[in-house]
Amino acid sequence: MDIIVKFKEMNKSFQNHHVLKNINVEFNKGETTVILGPSGSGKSTLLRCINLLEIPQTGTLEIDSLKVDFTQKLSQKDKLLIRQNTAMVFQSFNLFPHMTVLENVIEGPITVLKKDKSKMIQIGEQLLEKVGLLHKKDSYPSQLSGGQQQRVAIARALAMEPKFLLFDEPTSALDPELEGEVLKVLKALSEEQKSMILVTHNLNFARVAADRILFLENGEILFDGRTDEFFNNTENERIISFIQSMQFI
Amino acid sequence: MSRELEIVLNSIWPVLKAGLAVTIPLSLISFAIALVIAVITALVKLSNFKILKFIFSTYVWIFRGTPLLVQLFLVFYGLPKAGVTLDPWTAAIITFSLNTGAYASESIRASILSIPKGQWEAAESLGMTYWQVLRRVIAPQTVRISLPPVTNDFIDLVKGTSLAASITIAEMFMIGQQIVAFTYEPLAIYSLVAVIYLLFVSILTVIQGRLEKVASKYI
Repeated sequence: MDIIVKFKEMNKSFQNHHVLKNINVEFNKGETTVILGPSGSGKSTLLRCINLLEIPQTGTLEIDSLKVDFTQKLSQKDKLLIRQNTAMVFQSFNLFPHMTVLENVIEGPITVLKKDKSKMIQIGEQLLEKVGLLHKKDSYPSQLSGGQQQRVAIARALAMEPKFLLFDEPTSALDPELEGEVLKVLKALSEEQKSMILVTHNLNFARVAADRILFLENGEILFDGRTDEFFNNTENERIISFIQSMQFI
Repeated sequence: MSRELEIVLNSIWPVLKAGLAVTIPLSLISFAIALVIAVITALVKLSNFKILKFIFSTYVWIFRGTPLLVQLFLVFYGLPKAGVTLDPWTAAIITFSLNTGAYASESIRASILSIPKGQWEAAESLGMTYWQVLRRVIAPQTVRISLPPVTNDFIDLVKGTSLAASITIAEMFMIGQQIVAFTYEPLAIYSLVAVIYLLFVSILTVIQGRLEKVASKYI
């Protein structure tokens, strides 16, 4: 399996707070990786380091044939090239409120990738169909429910045809009913062998959709392995107590 | 017909004419330039260019910190001492646009800052450059948010042009003063001048309402 995202000896601090400590990790093509861990463990920061919304202080990042060394000053060009390999879905959706649903979906490809507009409208409509929102294509985000907004955000990410899809707690802002409709879309994407990296608190989703689990605590990777190994773990006390604390029966 | 009423009726056209020929063009030209200055100033103050930031912050500090009337006098009566002689219109336009630009830059800066950080992040994560984010995502939202405060600045400017009388420009207020000088009806004439300013500002308020409606169609 070809590795396409790889951090080596990566460190990230905010002021005096050392958030990620000497991270060595690889993410593989066609896999769904779920990053788990308690609040403040650095999982969102790790995700945001992949598309350089956060810039680590040391270490290297490789995506496909691109490689950046964080001890050097990052050029604007490298930053944009790295970002074009990924697309992100946020906890708070972050749709562009002044654009219609369809305009949101095709904005990136048209402005960034300079794709042909009429062709993108077709593709955008297909993507909206896929997330079940074609009938809302001319609505504005403010007219949609949270779950619908998040599904549009997923379509917007897919429209970029990224090598990796990044999800930062995509269902944390949704109530359980709306969460279900978003998880269904995510599950379907995972089954299509899309390369996905998700930060989530939803253990059930991790159990059924993830190929691989990363467990972070205090900025360190405590577990990196197959999903069944993680949930059937009988050795690591910390992981056992983490799983137990998330289940109340 | 009472004498006052007759004087007022006869004065409407001269005062209004000064408004149409001087107050409105002076306001529009100064505001157009002020907007350009304001956008540049707001962007510089939000950027990381330390020296430029210092220069533009100093400009805002001075023009917000000193009276408009003093600024007008300095530019029109003061600068000739330094070898720069400007005709009244040029002096007025320079002063008004710099003054309004300083205030409007803060209105625009506040509007940009009020747009959630997630909008920048979403646009950047699509791979947009700084200018693409600004043009496609930030600017359209800034227009809507900054309409009320920037209209405020514009209204201030329209009323502030009355100070141009002090540097020999025959705008509405000066015409009013001249009429008072030979009719001796200050109450009636200055009321008339006030009403015409109110009329102009009311029109602006109606336009603001329309623009807000258009700019808010996505809310």
